[in-house]
Amino acid sequence: MDTPLDQLHPRQTAEIQSIQAEREFSRRLFALGLRPGQLIRVLRSGPLKGPLHIRVGHTDVMIRRQDARRIQVRLAPQT
Amino acid sequence: MPNTGKSTLFNRLTGAAARIGNWPGITVDLLSAKVLLAGAMVEVVDLPGIYNLHGFSDDEMVVRRFLETQAVNGLVVVLNATQLDRQLSLALQLKRLGLPLVVLLNMVDEAKRLGIRVDTEALARSLGAEVALLSAKYGQGFERVRGLVENLLRRHPAAQHGHAEAFREDEDIEAELASLVAQSVHAPALLDDARVQALDRWLLHPWLGLPLFFGAMFLLFQLVYGVGTPLQDLMEWLLVHFQSLALDPLLAGAPPLLKSFVEDGLFNGVGTVLTFLPIIVVFFLFMAVVEDSGYLSRAAFLMDAVMARLGLDGRSFVMQLMGFGCNVPALMGTRVMRSRALRLLTMLVLPFSLCSARLQVFLFLTTAIFSPRAAPVVMFSLYLASIAIAFFTALLWRKRFQSHEPLLLELPPYRLPTLKQLVLQAWQQSGHFLKGASGFIVIGVMLVWLLTHLPVGVAPASAQSWAGAIADWMAPAFRPLGIDALQSIALLFGFVAKEVMIGALAVIYGVGEDALKAALAARMDWVSAYSFMLFTLIYTPCLSTVAVLKQESKSWAFTALAVAWPLALAWGISFAFYQTARALGF
Ligand SMILES: Nc1nc2c(ncn2[C@@H]2O[C@H](COP(=O)(O)OP(=O)(O)OP(=O)(O)O)[C@@H](O)[C@H]2O)c(=O)[nH]1
Ligand SMILES: [Mg+2]
Repeated sequence: MDTPLDQLHPRQTAEIQSIQAEREFSRRLFALGLRPGQLIRVLRSGPLKGPLHIRVGHTDVMIRRQDARRIQVRLAPQT
Repeated sequence: MPNTGKSTLFNRLTGAAARIGNWPGITVDLLSAKVLLAGAMVEVVDLPGIYNLHGFSDDEMVVRRFLETQAVNGLVVVLNATQLDRQLSLALQLKRLGLPLVVLLNMVDEAKRLGIRVDTEALARSLGAEVALLSAKYGQGFERVRGLVENLLRRHPAAQHGHAEAFREDEDIEAELASLVAQSVHAPALLDDARVQALDRWLLHPWLGLPLFFGAMFLLFQLVYGVGTPLQDLMEWLLVHFQSLALDPLLAGAPPLLKSFVEDGLFNGVGTVLTFLPIIVVFFLFMAVVEDSGYLSRAAFLMDAVMARLGLDGRSFVMQLMGFGCNVPALMGTRVMRSRALRLLTMLVLPFSLCSARLQVFLFLTTAIFSPRAAPVVMFSLYLASIAIAFFTALLWRKRFQSHEPLLLELPPYRLPTLKQLVLQAWQQSGHFLKGASGFIVIGVMLVWLLTHLPVGVAPASAQSWAGAIADWMAPAFRPLGIDALQSIALLFGFVAKEVMIGALAVIYGVGEDALKAALAARMDWVSAYSFMLFTLIYTPCLSTVAVLKQESKSWAFTALAVAWPLALAWGISFAFYQTARALGF
């Protein structure tokens, strides 16, 4: 089952399935390592419904919830 | 890519002192230096970091324009060896420019600690470029890198242009990147850094994070205060002895007007400002640690939700913090924002950042008027006021500058500057204070002396002097704020640069540092002093800021707004504060 990234709970790990974003933003996502097939983990969310702190590959990134919604992920089997 | 250590390498290679910090987007403009390489003087250019060849924010445009128009012998591409899984995409794009390349995998020290292994030969084959491991910060592999650059220069003595198609071609590099990473980088797919995680757990804590941030800020300013003030006293002591041992005997036979010009004008004015040098150096030492720590990005994370409600984002807050050093680089730092509206709104609020020049004025006044115990708290309240006023401005103007820029920001690992970096950075910034401001300061205090001592024969700074006449003319504006006529002259000069203000006051009252404190304490109570400080905090910081506002916004209308609004606000807030306090019987 695919879910939007902003639905993940802290410490959940998932694999990116698809990204719906305009070109400029998807290029920036790509440059920061967010591309289909990559593993992604939500570490925490910021205070006052703030952004998500995620780890994708070898990089820690912050992303706002409304932008995270555009990324579809599939939960990785618990290991 | 941003934040990979390009400027660190540039400094090591050329001996320059480019600004370094653990924040993507420290360098936002070209910086070049000449250095002897392979037997010839070569111009080395430090560029801002870019994510790809298609970006259009102002810092990325600087790079694009450079690559499109300038002929070069070759490119040195600096990548972060711990993040090759994404950073190699840039190398693949740059390869299409067809220019001679050297690809450096920087931060090997961190890569080694994290257990990342890179097959440089496989990479070199696939990229068709020299590839080397490097630690620009600690120097590992640097000699080899220099050798590679010299080789490149020998093999390609003529400068050439890159292929323009590289900018148009759309990326079909996904598959290429995946296979390149698979064959050359050996590391787990998700990389965990226990050290970073342990710190993040506390510093980014959902509800402890923000209090910790403000607590840390308060402690930091306490420290600057605690370390800086004794040094300031030392400097003062040195100056007093300089006057009694050298200056007084030297001027013993000089005509009184000349003696007054040199002692009451130049020496008092410049000397009083000079006593702040130690504290400014200490302040910038701490700033350098903060900028290199990686905490700035965390501050962006913590504050983003608040900033979003103001129509700004986490980066705007980081720029405000950077503005505590100097507003000018902070204004330039907004180049990383792609949305013009967001950028303009951020630039509108940045001049409220309490910069190091204003810090001097406030240090002086708080120690003159308040008790030693109250002074640091008053000082901190001004920092909070600075942030609050910026927020208030954003709140009022956000409708006019609406933006929807998606925010995606890297949170780099925590780092500490090396001692050498630290000293260099702090020296560079305070040197700027001395060099940049000294012209203003010297000219400023000379002008103030002339205004207060002319026409010839009047009592210094009396109502009959030119300064008195100007002050008289401005009095209706300043009297309701509790700011006395002569002090408004200092504010007039503060418009040019805040560094001049204390010097100007010293000349106006015709006394040196200690006596000036007494003179001010005699003329101001805490209400009028705080009103004066609020006005100083809020109105236009300096002419350089105005120039940069114009340069970066490319709009006279915006620049006019960015000057007029703070002036109006300064008057309004000081007025409200002063009248309320008086009405309450203080
Ligand atoms: N551990 C480690 N840190 C490094 C190394 N080189 C640079 N750094 C740190 O990485 C951060 C970024 O360095 P900069 O030289 O400012 O990076 P830059 O590529 O010029 O960054 P931008 O100008 O923002 O694009 C700083 O905190 C440096 O101290 C290195 O070899 N090892
Ligand atoms: Mg740089």
